[in-house]
This record gives sequence, structure tokens and C-alpha cells, in this order.
Amino acid sequence: MRRPSRDRLLSLGLIAPSILAVGVFVYGLIGWTGFVSLTKWNDLRPDYSLAGLANYASDFANSRFQIDLRNTVVFTVFFVVASVVVGLLLASLLDRRIRAEGLFRSIFLFPMAISFIVTGVVWKWLLTPSAGVNTLLGLDPSTNRWFTDPTVLHLDANTGIGKILGDFGLGFLASSEFGVPVAMLSVVVAAVWQMSGFVMALYLAGLRGIPEELREAARVDGAGEWGVFRYVLLPLLTPITLSAVIILGHISLKIYDLTVAMSPNGPAFATDVPANLMWQTAFKDNEFAKAAAIAMVMLVMVAVVIVPYLVWNRRQEASA
Amino acid sequence: MIDPSSVRSRLALLGALAIALSACSSAASPAASGGGGSGATKVEVFSWWTTGGEAAGLKLLIDQFNKENPQWLVVNQAVAGGAGTNAKAVLKTRMLGGDPPDSFQVHMGHELIDTWVTTDYMVNLDDLYAANGWKDKFPQGVLDIVSSGGHFWSVPVNIHRANVLWYNKKLFTDNSLTPPETWDQFKTVADKLKAKGVIPLALGDKEPFASGQLFETILIGTLGADKYKGLWTGTTDWKGADVTQALNTFKTALSYVNPDHGSLTWDQANDLIISGKAAMTVMGDWIDGDYTAKKFAGYGWAPVPGNKGIYDALSDSFGLPKNAKHADAVKKFLTLLGSSEGQDVFNPLKGSIPARTDAGKPPAGAKQYDDYLKSAMAEWKTDTIVPSLEHGAAAKESWSSAFTQAIVTFVTNQDVATAQAALAKACVDATVCK
Repeated sequence: MRRPSRDRLLSLGLIAPSILAVGVFVYGLIGWTGFVSLTKWNDLRPDYSLAGLANYASDFANSRFQIDLRNTVVFTVFFVVASVVVGLLLASLLDRRIRAEGLFRSIFLFPMAISFIVTGVVWKWLLTPSAGVNTLLGLDPSTNRWFTDPTVLHLDANTGIGKILGDFGLGFLASSEFGVPVAMLSVVVAAVWQMSGFVMALYLAGLRGIPEELREAARVDGAGEWGVFRYVLLPLLTPITLSAVIILGHISLKIYDLTVAMSPNGPAFATDVPANLMWQTAFKDNEFAKAAAIAMVMLVMVAVVIVPYLVWNRRQEASA
Repeated sequence: MIDPSSVRSRLALLGALAIALSACSSAASPAASGGGGSGATKVEVFSWWTTGGEAAGLKLLIDQFNKENPQWLVVNQAVAGGAGTNAKAVLKTRMLGGDPPDSFQVHMGHELIDTWVTTDYMVNLDDLYAANGWKDKFPQGVLDIVSSGGHFWSVPVNIHRANVLWYNKKLFTDNSLTPPETWDQFKTVADKLKAKGVIPLALGDKEPFASGQLFETILIGTLGADKYKGLWTGTTDWKGADVTQALNTFKTALSYVNPDHGSLTWDQANDLIISGKAAMTVMGDWIDGDYTAKKFAGYGWAPVPGNKGIYDALSDSFGLPKNAKHADAVKKFLTLLGSSEGQDVFNPLKGSIPARTDAGKPPAGAKQYDDYLKSAMAEWKTDTIVPSLEHGAAAKESWSSAFTQAIVTFVTNQDVATAQAALAKACVDATVCK
């Protein structure tokens, strides 16, 4: 009777430091940040009198924060979709039992071993209009402006879909506030270069886990290669896709190092992200409560992605 | 019965705890100990000067001080990177955490006043100013900037000028041009250069301060010294017609810049001047050091159009925080920084001019001022001094950020009305305008 309880005490003792550390440094500080975001601490000296949601109101009214939120959404959508598509493509190709598969696997996976800072610096050099890719391919720097391109693509409010949206009272969707900043797409390229190999590795593991019998059975039933992929492999890879989307999504919603190394602001903040604004608001402008509010908004964005996944994961484990 | 394996794991746990505890205590100790083996007491001077002439200049001053005062050991506790933003972040955590350095580098003016003085973290230096007679040595414009509430708060070591137009001499003589003195002349000159296939104005605003600073000098050129100063005290209306005019001039100037300005830093833009691809650039006089480092002598300088007789100044200064552990040593060190000798040791290396009007003659054998600095010193004595916004002298940091944000947006969309509204709102948010 005593032995299990001693084991239990020991294991509790062993995890206690990390529980304590996580409790204080993660959850404790999240709570503290949440509290600070509701105070009037917008000067250097702490002022903990409550200000309600004034800091959130002021942040959301800031045109730069609005641009940053748009940028984050654009970056996340393009980055996640492109990484998953490229990763799946690479994995499917490698799964054809090609020669030197291990070599290619390493080549595609290797960018992941590099930090985002290095990736950002290298791609900055590659995509600087007056050098890099433009010089290499003989492109005109004044039209191929990459991350210095100020264009924001958006629907035209007077024609096509934009007009239809306008008729339904959704005309605001056809404005640059809901457009796609072209400069951000250069950053997406760098991020996809880095992370698609990782997605490939996930899918490759998934593909290897699918028994050969299933493919054989489908082929016997008359399915072509595309049919096998579309109706057998892809459905079985759903959990992998979900994991990949969650992992990439939480990276992209918090992205800071890549953009700061490659293009911290961009033309009219076209490559600015909330984390960059948060840092500046806190440590340059001394507006700690406003910065804490930005932090909480970022936390909510990530939580919207992560929490349903954790719940789903628990259900899966419970039923398994 | 005692299970030996559980004893071992308990020992391991204890060991891990011991390591964790010792890691905590060793992290806390460097601030408390120090002094080294010499028996001298360590005095921490906090700066972001880690490389180049500024670090070398500060080191000379520190060495001189340590030699004359063997009981103290002044150390340059530098945090590199980010034009001081990293250092400022570390400084803030230390100050708020109740562990201030003995002295720290800070831009004179509102960056110091609104961050540290109004929040009551600093000790005023009135006695130092009185004892050294600095009220007669620094020009009134500087005394106005370093003081607040009738007290002096920091000692300016150097002066940089932000409103200088730099140009490639060969391009100007080849095309028989003279540096423009008004923005109308600028347009004529720029059109001629453009026709020759030369970029008239080089700009590198990857770091947004560069475009903010260009607009700052246009504001000075359009409004004049007094009305420009009034922008920061609430006496000049941000919605006025002259600010509109300045924005329109800025728009004109932007039509003459290199198309890749957003991907270049100011020194990369300066390479365009050196290679002769561009003719002019507006930048602070730290660019003088960039020319020297790149061994380029074919450059000339003039005030930015409309800025003649006005000195848009910024300065690195040092102050004394409350609860500094060695206030006596700091006051002695600040005395050296504010002295003629100290300023003449430091500034030729840093590539700036002394804040004192009576300095300017470094001892023989020491590094001397170059031609640009000599001309700047002459103008420093006669020009009207105004505070630079982008470099912390004119307004507090959050206002400066909001101003820069409006200008960065303007550079892309060139919408005068929106920019002016944003500039006016920034003044209201800073609680200076109503």
C-alpha cells in the first residue's frame, strides 16, 4: 500500500518545480498581463487604477493596429495554405520510393533547422529590389519591388464581386483595409521556404503509416492513382493536416522574428505585425497598458486556434 | 526497508534543486559585487555605445577618470543594437526593478524629461551646473532643452545636427549647380539632375526615422524656428495652412527619391551619393563619419532648404538616477563630461561637436575636428537652436512614434489631409494640444 504512494510523492515532487514554474511564469504572467491591460499604466511609472477597456478601444482605433491585424490574417492564410500544399506535394513525390529519398528528405527538411532570423536576413538580401533575385533574373527593380511594394490588392467596389458585396451592405469588404498587401507575400515566401519541409515530414510519416493493403484494395476496386490519393490517402491524412494547420497557425499568429529581420515595418506598415507594435508600444513609447492589451488580443487569436484543437485531442484520447 | 533507487532519485532531486538555487543566486550577484581586484568601487555607466568612434571616445574619458580617481572604477555597461532601443528596454527593467545604474546615456530633451523626470526617477543637477558655471558655457537653446520645471536634468556631451543637406560635389560642379536654399530652388535643381539620369534625392527609410527626419527639416524650413518649436508646446496649430504646405513640399520631395528607398537604410542610401548615382540626401551629421569610414572626400554640405541659420539639434547626455549607489562618483564623472577638455577628447572621435560654445580646441596629439565639424561649430555659436523630434529632443516617445507613423503612412499613400489629421491627433493624444 505504501509503495505506490511513495512513487506518487516522488513523481509529484519531480514535476512540482515545472508546474510551479509554468504556473508562475506562464499562467501567472498571462493573468498579470490581462490585469495590466485594464489599468492606466501608460506612462513609465506603474499606475494600477482601472481604466476598463479604454486601452483596447485605443488600440483598435489605431490605424497601424488595424493594418497589423489585417497583415496577420493575410500572412496566416497564405502561409498555412501554401505550406500545407507544398508539404503535401513534396511528401507525395517522396512517397513514390524514389532513389536517394533520404537525401531529398534532408534537403527539404533542413531549412527548418535554421532560425527565422537567419531566414529573414537571407530572404531580405534575395528580395531586395536593387539586388538578389532581380539582378539574377534580370527583372526590373521598379516593377518587381517584393517586400517594398506598397500595393494592397483589394476588390473593386464598383464592379464584379465588390459591387455585389456593396448591394448586400458589405461594401467595406472591398476596401484596402480588407485587401492583401503584396509586400507581405514576400515574407510568406520566406516562411513557406522554411516550414514546408516540416509539413512534408509530417505527411511522409502519415503516408508511411497507411497500410499498403488499403491502396491495393482501392486499386483492385478500379481506382486510379488520383482516386487512391483523393479518396483513400487524403481522408486518412486528415489528422495530420489538422496538426499541421494548428502548428503553422500558432507560429504565424505570433510571428515576429521573421518579419523583424526581413522587413520590420514595410511601406505604410504592409509587413508590420502586432508583436512588433506591442514591443514598440511597451519599450519605446512606455505605454505598457496599451501593449498589454495588444498581447491579450494576440493571446485570444492564438487561443481561438489552439483551444478547440486541445479539446478535440482530449476527446480522441479518451475514446482511444 | 529503504529502496536504494529511491534514495538515489531523491539525491538527484536535491542536486537539481541545488543547481537551480545556485543559478538564481549567481544571476543576482554581479550587481552587488564588482570592484574587481584593485579595491576600487565599480561605478556603472549605462550606454548603447559599443563600437566605433563613440565607444572609443567614451573609453578615453573613462580611462582618464579612472586614472585621476583611483578609488573609483567607471565601467561602460553597454547594451548593443537597435540604435539604443535594446539598451533602453534593459534600462527600463532595471530602473523599474529598483536597480538603477549609476548613470546612463539618454537623448537630451523630452526623451529624458517625459520618460524619467516627470515620473520622478532622476536627481536634478542644479548644483553641478552652478559649480561649473555651465549656464554660461552651454547655449541658451541647449539649457532650454535639458531643463524642466526650472531644474537641469542631464549633461550634454555632444551635439549632432539633423538638418543637413549632403551632396556629391562632382555631380554639382559637372552640372554647374549650387546647393538649393529654398524648396523652389530644390525643384529646379532636382529637375536638372533627373534629366541627366541622376537620382536627385537619396532616401533610405527602411528605418522609419529617416523619412520622419526629412519631414521634420521641411517643417522647420516651412514654419521657421519659432513656429516649429511651437508645434511641440501647443502654440502652433497642426491644422494650419503652413503644415499643409510642408506636407505638400514633402510630397514634391518624395517624387525625386530613389524607388527602392523602403529597402535601404540611411547609410545604404548614402552609398548612392558616394557612387554618384544620386546627388543629394538629407541626414544628420553622423553621416560625416560614414564618409570618412568609406574614404570618400567628394562630398559637400549645406543646410536643408529653408533651414539656414537654424540648428536642428540632438544630443547624447548623461544623468543621475535616484538611488544610484555612487552619486559622488557620478557627479565627478559628469563634471568631466561637461568640461571643455572632456568634450574635446570625446567629440572628434564621435564625429560630433561639443555642446559648450567655448570648447573646440583638442590638445595637440589628440584627434582633431575635421572640416565639416569646424564649420558646424562655427554655426553652432550663431544659429538658432531647435530640438529634433526624431531624436528625442522635442517630444515624448509616444508622440514621436505617432508622428512617425503618420509620416510612414504618408510616404506611401501621399494623402495630405489624412496625414495632417493624424499629426493633429498625435498632438492631442500627447495631451499638449486640445
